[in-house]
Amino acid sequence: MDRDYQKLTFEWSASPDQRATKPVRHPVIIVGAGPVGLSTAIDLALQGVKTLLLDDDNTLSTGSRAICFAKRTLEIWDRLGCGHRMVEKGVSWNVGKVFFRDDLVYAFNLLPESGHRRPAFINLQQYYAEGYLLERAQQLPNLEIRWKNKVTALTQTASGADLTIETPDGPYRLACDYLVAADGARSTLRGLMGLESKGRVFRDRFLIADVKMEAEFPTERWFWFDPPFHPNQSVLLHRQPDNVWRIDFQLGWEADPVAERQPERVIPRVKALLGEEAQFDLEWCSVYTFACLRMEKFRHGRVLFAGDAAHGVSPFGARGANSGVQDAENVAWKLKLVLEDKAPDRLLDTYGSEREYAADENILNSTRATDFITPKSDVSRTFRDAALNLSKDCAFARRLVNSGRLSVPATLHGSPLNTPDRDAFAGVMVPGAAAADAPIACDGKPGWFLSEVGGRFTCVVFSDGEPLSRDTASALAGQSHAAIAVETVIVVPKSVTATVTPGLRTIEDNDGMLAQRFDAAPGTIYLLRPDQHVCARSRNFSADWITAAIARATCNA
Amino acid sequence: MPPRLNTEPNIATPDDFYEQLIDMHRDLTEEQSRMVNAKLVLLLANHVGDPTVLREAMARARSDG
Repeated sequence: MDRDYQKLTFEWSASPDQRATKPVRHPVIIVGAGPVGLSTAIDLALQGVKTLLLDDDNTLSTGSRAICFAKRTLEIWDRLGCGHRMVEKGVSWNVGKVFFRDDLVYAFNLLPESGHRRPAFINLQQYYAEGYLLERAQQLPNLEIRWKNKVTALTQTASGADLTIETPDGPYRLACDYLVAADGARSTLRGLMGLESKGRVFRDRFLIADVKMEAEFPTERWFWFDPPFHPNQSVLLHRQPDNVWRIDFQLGWEADPVAERQPERVIPRVKALLGEEAQFDLEWCSVYTFACLRMEKFRHGRVLFAGDAAHGVSPFGARGANSGVQDAENVAWKLKLVLEDKAPDRLLDTYGSEREYAADENILNSTRATDFITPKSDVSRTFRDAALNLSKDCAFARRLVNSGRLSVPATLHGSPLNTPDRDAFAGVMVPGAAAADAPIACDGKPGWFLSEVGGRFTCVVFSDGEPLSRDTASALAGQSHAAIAVETVIVVPKSVTATVTPGLRTIEDNDGMLAQRFDAAPGTIYLLRPDQHVCARSRNFSADWITAAIARATCNA
Repeated sequence: MPPRLNTEPNIATPDDFYEQLIDMHRDLTEEQSRMVNAKLVLLLANHVGDPTVLREAMARARSDG
């Protein structure tokens, strides 16, 4: 039986820091124990950084809120050690269907190929996601969480930030080298620093009705434009665990946000969809508006903004929490290297530039979806309906129908940390891409490629099974003792593990899928960052090339 | 770069085409006509395909000159 994560409250207890005569200094303080703050804290702690996480409240998410967690997020949570719990509890899905009035006009499969550990998406109430992250965080001795610790003042110094914290026992002060602000769309820290998140606010209102029922709908994302049961507006139906279904009704700008939340208004809308005899209980209702916006810069001196605090998107595309978790993994390894003096402080500038680029991509996608779903003028509505009309018979028009382009990780094209290709490669594993997964075997046991990399720099060497030359093997082995350690993984075709190189980890590429996804031939080398992004690749081995690529990926060049 | 959009005569029998275009809207309400025009734009745009030509056509359609 699950804990009732919605009802959990965490006890506040006074920290010894509150009695200290001088503000106690921490290397990193993270503010906000949502999915982004928790992921950042776990990642840092796993990488050996002592981490303090503050939250102004003492509960998890109220309501199901962000319910769609994307494949990349699950892969990150796998690396953090809690992905399996999310997937076990979550409802996995890959297929979406789009209806116009009475007709099915379009169906899509977000993960059409096999050989991936994780599905395209799971649906999971945000309180479960936060609960599992929290339980993972509580296993880590170098990660401390303080509930009911509200930041009320912030001063930046040349070497860090000084904070004033309000607690049930009165205020106290803290200092830190770096601060990660993951305190949500209405970020207190952003306000304290006089900063803004700017963009487009959409004049439309949506009702979330989470209903509990036994229903026969398939586990797919169903999206209706102008359905007979809710004319002129859109509706989204989605399954969550515990027999809870998310129904999202577009209401229009004129709707009264308070009245529309009341059961007497919500129940008839739900019955119009499910039928008059449907038996269900209302779990949670919320009326929301949204905006696509972002801070101009995610880094301000010693303060790094992440997640909704830094950027906001409309919900169509599940790009909010998912992009925030990618912020978390981007910032964590960079902070570790900077705090350990292994990389200059300007490595953190690339947190800003890489994630601002990703935020722009997410905002672009979610703005386009929003413009399709909620047309802003008569003519845009006409074109929208024309595309939907044509989509029944014309394949090209289905490509125009946009009910949300669902979250995929941004490929960080043009990042200064990427080493430009010197050899020709096909496919999508370009420098800046998040590494693709594939089934492998390790010591004869089946596994997944992404479980073998990440958390540190990894040199992936594709081999035909012939032993590496002694020079190459010793150069690779030497990298694991360098200041910035690089681990080596040798990929061999199935059943040639007999030729393993002593001291270097070897995995078997089961069906050649890994080599295919990376367009690799024997001798091909990929260098992966601690966040599993490709930063360099080459058709042949050179120790100097690896050293230069690592220097570039850590701003040490 | 020279323009890719062909604005020279390209329709063999222009009067026939124009008559068909007007006929397409016969007996339609304003709203129905707007919808038919929108569908026609989408169908032709997909047939053209070339993003440069489409961009030039949109810019030309929007310009006053």
